[in-house]
Amino acid sequence: MTLLSTRGLTKRFDGLHAVEDVDFDLPEGQVRALIGPNGAGKTTFVGMLCGRITPSAGTVAFAGRDISHLPAHRRIGLGMAYTFQITSVFARLSVAENVALAARRKVRGALGVRRMVARSLARVGLEGQSGQIAGTLSYGHQRLLEIAMGLAQRPRLLILDEPTQGLSEAEITGFKALLRDLSASATILLIEHNMSVVMETADRVTVLDFGRILAEGSPAEIHADRAVQAAYLGTA
Amino acid sequence: MSGGGARSLALHGGVLALLLALHFVLPAYHHGNLARIMVLASYAIGYNILFGYTGLLSLGHALFFAAGMYGMGLAMRHAGLGPGPALAAGLAAGLAVSAAMGLLALRTAGVAFMIVTLMFAQAGYLALLYFGAWTRGDEGFVIQQAERILWGIDLSDPGNRYLAALALFALCLLATLWLVERPFGKVLVAIRENEERARMLGYNVFAYKLGAVILSGTVSAAAGAAYGLLFGYVGATFASVQYSIFPLLWVLLGGAGTVLGPLIGTLFMFYLIDLSSGVTSAYMLVAGVVLVLVTLFAPQGLAGLLRARLWRWLP
Ligand SMILES: Nc1ncnc2c1ncn2[C@@H]1O[C@H](COP(=O)(O)OP(=O)(O)OP(=O)(O)O)[C@@H](O)[C@H]1O
Ligand SMILES: [Mg+2]
Repeated sequence: MTLLSTRGLTKRFDGLHAVEDVDFDLPEGQVRALIGPNGAGKTTFVGMLCGRITPSAGTVAFAGRDISHLPAHRRIGLGMAYTFQITSVFARLSVAENVALAARRKVRGALGVRRMVARSLARVGLEGQSGQIAGTLSYGHQRLLEIAMGLAQRPRLLILDEPTQGLSEAEITGFKALLRDLSASATILLIEHNMSVVMETADRVTVLDFGRILAEGSPAEIHADRAVQAAYLGTA
Repeated sequence: MSGGGARSLALHGGVLALLLALHFVLPAYHHGNLARIMVLASYAIGYNILFGYTGLLSLGHALFFAAGMYGMGLAMRHAGLGPGPALAAGLAAGLAVSAAMGLLALRTAGVAFMIVTLMFAQAGYLALLYFGAWTRGDEGFVIQQAERILWGIDLSDPGNRYLAALALFALCLLATLWLVERPFGKVLVAIRENEERARMLGYNVFAYKLGAVILSGTVSAAAGAAYGLLFGYVGATFASVQYSIFPLLWVLLGGAGTVLGPLIGTLFMFYLIDLSSGVTSAYMLVAGVVLVLVTLFAPQGLAGLLRARLWRWLP
């Protein structure tokens, strides 16, 4: 079953075509990587999926329903979760409260929330920092906190915008394992520059270039694709 | 957080107990002042819900204070209601006015929000003057002693007045204490800290902000209605821009986003003006200088300073 699809999705910023006429289908349960050079329109594209950005044209459907006109909070309510490319946590609140704010949308009752917070923090390895003020975490740990906030929402579709940016090698290895584990319970749309993460975790890869879909296929196919190499990998 | 629960209850309960004890020992002059301060601090508590906790700076709260005061006063004067129903009318007026203002003003943000709220309050003030036949305009009107007897209690009596002011203040204080521990209060703080993030966690930010405006406006109106009833006067000064600025200053001084801040700020500023006006006619200058000093050296306000230096758990 297709969980998410777009038709003719387009965004122009005063003449600049950030995303151009994108038809995109994401089956339920898949881990999909979205790759492409800087400025290709990846963040703009997913921003239109979750309602942060209003499209210039086109439609978005989620779980068989046209959500093009729903505001962001309603889309999140339907089971999307979004983590920001530019870390955006509640810097002056505690780590636990950050995750609790995410969890309370889904879990009722203080005890249930506390459990969900503990579980989400443990999954990203931040259980020791739950009392710390989020803004005092290292950059990498703030990225992990973002991911924990996504997990706590128990989403059907988790959109991750460059989650591994700023993580250490060890943290990236942990993240890959987490992603595999997560893919059992959620569909994942992953924007990622780190090729080893893409190759090892994605079921399929979509390549965006100048706002258009340049190619789509298995990680191996994409890796071998000449046009992709020319546009993105820089190894042609 | 959870360790703070008991301590915070002890601290705030202690403050309320102290205010009750002061009722029996304060000389008449200060006793009267403190009654007034507690009502004004309730107003500041209302303001703090929107400014301190939700992060929305309104310059038009006099509209809510006056809505409560006039809702109560006009209901007595023209509809012949007793003090109980008149107070309820004041609250209803505050609720309606804040809902209307919220729905319109929340379409804007930041400086535009400040200006829109200021304009609304000015319109309200001018309307009070314009409909002078009903409101007695600038002059205002007195609420007679006979009309100030609520449930057999004569609120014009200083002792009763003090206790009534304390009851109102205690109610507002405990309500905020409760609110900030509720999920609703936590979402308000989240909106203050990072609105976009709150939205992308699925919170209907507009609805929460509207809730905050209405809550804040209604508490402010309760303070306005109580002020009119307890001190026996309803006048347009209370709708002027000055009364929109006051709660901002009290809350800034006391500590925005702290439960005790409004009381500390109101108390501090009241006595600052009281004492300096005894010494010099340029007392507003003294008040201004102190304000500048506090903003420079304790930008989080006095209670904020306490939280940063001593009591991390202070709500
Ligand atoms: N709010 C905006 N106003 C104007 N132009 C914008 C805006 N947001 C993005 N753009 C432009 O749209 C294009 C696509 O940007 P986008 O952030 O979607 O790219 P990206 O693929 O996410 O890039 P990166 O890999 O660097 O994150 C870029 O040229 C960018 O400069
Ligand atoms: Mg991007």
